[in-house]
Amino acid sequence: MAAPKRVERPLSPFMIGPYYRPQLTSMTSILTRITGNGLIVGALLSVWWLLAAATSDDYFAVANAVATSWFGDLVFTLSLWAVWYHYLAGIRHLIFDAGKGLDIPTAEKLGWACIIGSVVLTVITILLVQ
Amino acid sequence: MRYLTARKRAEGRGAAHHGAEHHWAMTVSSVGLALIVPLWLYIFGSALGGTREEVLATFARPFPAIVTALLLVVGLRHFAMGATTMIEDYARGTTRKMLIIGVVALSWAIAATGLFALVRIAL
Repeated sequence: MAAPKRVERPLSPFMIGPYYRPQLTSMTSILTRITGNGLIVGALLSVWWLLAAATSDDYFAVANAVATSWFGDLVFTLSLWAVWYHYLAGIRHLIFDAGKGLDIPTAEKLGWACIIGSVVLTVITILLVQ
Repeated sequence: MRYLTARKRAEGRGAAHHGAEHHWAMTVSSVGLALIVPLWLYIFGSALGGTREEVLATFARPFPAIVTALLLVVGLRHFAMGATTMIEDYARGTTRKMLIIGVVALSWAIAATGLFALVRIAL
């Protein structure tokens, strides 16, 4: 019986650089993954803050000091942009899944809509909740 | 000519060797989150920076508590499944398995912690 031949397949992301020129559509797609996965940091900080609020005055004082410090502001501001970017890119994904907007001019416009829209929505949200 | 549908030819070809259910679950949860996330951003953003009494008062109200609970469950399941896809793309073998187990466990731990805090505040 012949032993199965092991095929050494390349592991992603091997395409970018040597084989594939970075472009708006692919970069905005990769950014969707980065923002989605990065949001775990904001999730950890906000749930820790909520747990502290549920626990005691002393614990809340500690967690709230971190959450409202420059570090907390940085995490929550970046998370806010990340969530809006992921939101718009997710809607773009639904449009693509429906088989629409796949021609290059429209796809590039949707990419710019994600980038510009996410910044605009971040600013609007900050103004709304401050 | 092979009488196979495009779907039949594509089945099992991805990095994870399956995934139609996974993709559909992500589609469903993404539409759910499209409704939940803006509401929650407003609730959380307004509560952040307040005193403990104000924070407790906010999350003790039914609507903020329900929206937060939905975000914890739907959002962290969506995260765990998305992170699993990323791990399947970039790692293989035992590393892949351990990372997937780790990310799923972390997601459930965060969701459970958040729900515990919420129950303690709201009930």
